[in-house]
Amino acid sequence: MENYPALIVVAPFVTGLLAGLFVWIEKRLSYPIVLAGLFISSFSAVQVLIRVMESGPIQYKMGGWSPPIGIEYRIDLLNAMVLCLVSGIAFLNLIASYRSAEKEIGDRVSSYYTVYNLFLTGLLGVTITGDLFNLYVLIEITSLTSYAQVAMGDRDRGPLASLNYIFIGVIGASFYLLGVGYLYMYTGSLNMADVAVLIKGSQGSSTVLVAFILCILGIWIKMALFPFHVWLPNAYTYSPVIFARVVAPLMTKVMVYIMLRLMITVFGYDYIFNTLNLSDAVVWLATIAVLAGGVMALAQKNLKKMLTYIIVSEIGYMVGGAWMGNQLGMTGAILHILNDALMTFALFLAVGNMVYRIDRVDITDLKGLFGKMPWTMAGFVLAAFSIVGVPPTCGFFSKWYLILGAMEKGAYHFAAALIISSLICAVLFFKVFEICFFESGSHGHDHSSHGPVAIEEAPVSMLIISGLVSLSLIVAGFYSGAIVNTIILPFLK
Amino acid sequence: MSDVLSLIIAKYNYWLYVILMMIGLYGMIAKNNLIKKVVGMNIFQTAIILFYVSIGYKTNAGIPIITTADTAHGVVVKAADYINPLTSCLMLTAIVVSVATFGYAMALAVRIYQRYQTLEEDELRMRLSEE
Repeated sequence: MENYPALIVVAPFVTGLLAGLFVWIEKRLSYPIVLAGLFISSFSAVQVLIRVMESGPIQYKMGGWSPPIGIEYRIDLLNAMVLCLVSGIAFLNLIASYRSAEKEIGDRVSSYYTVYNLFLTGLLGVTITGDLFNLYVLIEITSLTSYAQVAMGDRDRGPLASLNYIFIGVIGASFYLLGVGYLYMYTGSLNMADVAVLIKGSQGSSTVLVAFILCILGIWIKMALFPFHVWLPNAYTYSPVIFARVVAPLMTKVMVYIMLRLMITVFGYDYIFNTLNLSDAVVWLATIAVLAGGVMALAQKNLKKMLTYIIVSEIGYMVGGAWMGNQLGMTGAILHILNDALMTFALFLAVGNMVYRIDRVDITDLKGLFGKMPWTMAGFVLAAFSIVGVPPTCGFFSKWYLILGAMEKGAYHFAAALIISSLICAVLFFKVFEICFFESGSHGHDHSSHGPVAIEEAPVSMLIISGLVSLSLIVAGFYSGAIVNTIILPFLK
Repeated sequence: MSDVLSLIIAKYNYWLYVILMMIGLYGMIAKNNLIKKVVGMNIFQTAIILFYVSIGYKTNAGIPIITTADTAHGVVVKAADYINPLTSCLMLTAIVVSVATFGYAMALAVRIYQRYQTLEEDELRMRLSEE
């Protein structure tokens, strides 16, 4: 099939809108329609990945208009991998979160699925497109739908968290748009590959420099790199579980992907690392981000919020690796996009299961959880080991490449930050394990107002997905060599 | 001095958009009232729309509609006679985005007011730390 690239984006879009229509006709059909759309999307993504691995990058002309006038989808190994990741996680999450969405969102849930699918249309479109302005529009689709979903969560704090998210999100996207404006002024083109060719000889141009700074700054704000992270923890903590599970693994990783795309395809290594020579400054920034994320995570009492600060720290990993300016660092950053998405997904699946049964997840509420929810906790432990970086889970291997990259460049401070951050994560998770394992549940008879709360294991549909994803962490760990050799190294050549 | 002045006058469209953008940014950061912040955000986005439209402008050029239909008979269409339509077209999308964001932010402000009976940020922060 020629049209798989279009199907990846169009299937969730059309089914999302259809599901919205079916709210008035037959509510129960919304869910299967949305699920089918995401299935078609992830199936097409896998087909595209196979095709790209066999016969090189695909160029898809949207509507038959050839670039640079028309909008072009350009898929190489990097975004084929990210496409599979996004559509796969979205599909699995929809199955895993069916029960929890019904519980949390209530009777509005069938119209919620429309927003969910539009959000994924945005993420997939951002990943697949080869056009700078199209990228902006899709970022805004992603952002607008995520603002809406954040506000659907916690009734008290959700709207305020969402409003703060809007303010920062608008600044980020506007900076990016401004940068694209400067690029257009200089080149008269919006197609990424075309722009890359046209700016090649103009190393000293201040227009290109301004465009570069504005684009990268905008994307950094969007991905919540350390000084710009303030919106992320509240937005992710107060959103409904079904959304937190998909936004935490995917949103920041897709933004990292955009940064890589701008660095590799549009501006080029030579411009960034030789002409501007920004590598050292940004690696320092990333080092601070890694440490600051870890330290702030230590101060949190709520499990969900603690995990969001770990995400802030993980963004530092990827930015640092990407700006290292050598192949090892870049390999680590790309591998970490995959691994971090998987392990954050596994963590949030486990936390979602806890929220489904006990509502509040302050760390002190988790007493004796190993006995009551053994399977959920098994998944949680695996994911936590992967975040800490215990071999053979996948988190170890990407961290290994990042540290090797830092050593090769001589950026010992970054390597040290990675190791310290692993230690901080170990402390954090073992603190949680200790409470969950050793202290028995306090929901005893003396709290007569609560009544004896019998916590039991989460529903099977949630457990199966949680278990599968947690096991995939080990599988991804064992195959990380193969992933590096078949996807990342051929891409970087 | 006159050099600086002529620089400002020659590139007045950029100065205008930067000033507007800073006004918007100031509103978003310094104002205490949520509605004022939202309006600041809208000014910020409008500044960028202005920037885009202004870079499509050419002196002594008309609207980009070709009136002479028979280009085959030797009538040459010169690009310099028409302003660049693409930037304005792009901004149609950006306007839609900014209207949607503005409307949604206002709706959220209503929800926050219903819940907390205030839109002042310091009062909201006080209420949140009490709970």
